[in-house]
Amino acid sequence: MSTLEDISVRHEDFDVGAEIAALSGDGTAGAVASFVGAVRGGGSEKDAIFAMTLEHYPGMTERALADIVALARQRWALGGVRVIHRIGRLLPGERIVFVGVACRHRGEAFAACEFIMDYLKTQAPFWKKEETAQGARWVDARDSDDAALERWQEKQ
Amino acid sequence: MSITILYFASLREALGVEREQLDLPKGIGSVTALRAWLVARGSQWQPLSAPRVRAAVNQTLATEAAAVSDGDEIAFFPPVTGG
Repeated sequence: MSTLEDISVRHEDFDVGAEIAALSGDGTAGAVASFVGAVRGGGSEKDAIFAMTLEHYPGMTERALADIVALARQRWALGGVRVIHRIGRLLPGERIVFVGVACRHRGEAFAACEFIMDYLKTQAPFWKKEETAQGARWVDARDSDDAALERWQEKQ
Repeated sequence: MSITILYFASLREALGVEREQLDLPKGIGSVTALRAWLVARGSQWQPLSAPRVRAAVNQTLATEAAAVSDGDEIAFFPPVTGG
């Protein structure tokens, strides 16, 4: 099974189909699971987001993502893993993050994909600033994200 | 002891500072001690004392007890909100 490891932090968008095809590449992975996160559109006029700016800590970001993938590899026998996170100013509906995992069976693929996202949300140094009708505001961290992480730590 | 300090996101904006290169007096050996010393410089540094502020030493998340040494890159920032 391919163990392609690719972590990318960048401004440019990604092609979801091409990323999944690359993970399925050599045909030995029985399962590929992926997650795509995007800037939420809609909402009431008061809460509507015009745009979002993603800031990060260059250097630490790539290191943190590599550490998260390494942790996932300790728990499951993974093939290819791909993590892409965009930075800069993004509009509603635009993609922010892609996580794709290839392995032998679906259970591990789903679990590893969720594990990587839960760790990314709480450990990787990214910060979101939203532009709304009321002005710009930094997004607050959510307790539910910490709870999602603790779930994995209990299962260890 | 010379260290580099970086501030990110809402903390950077609250302090109005992105980066500092500092020569620290002897005896500042931990993140806690460093943070206390930085805050003691004046009221504009108060945002740094908020309990929610996290720290990284040499680009790795660190506890308050983590050691600080000559040449380190220390970062302070609010809880992360990526993904």
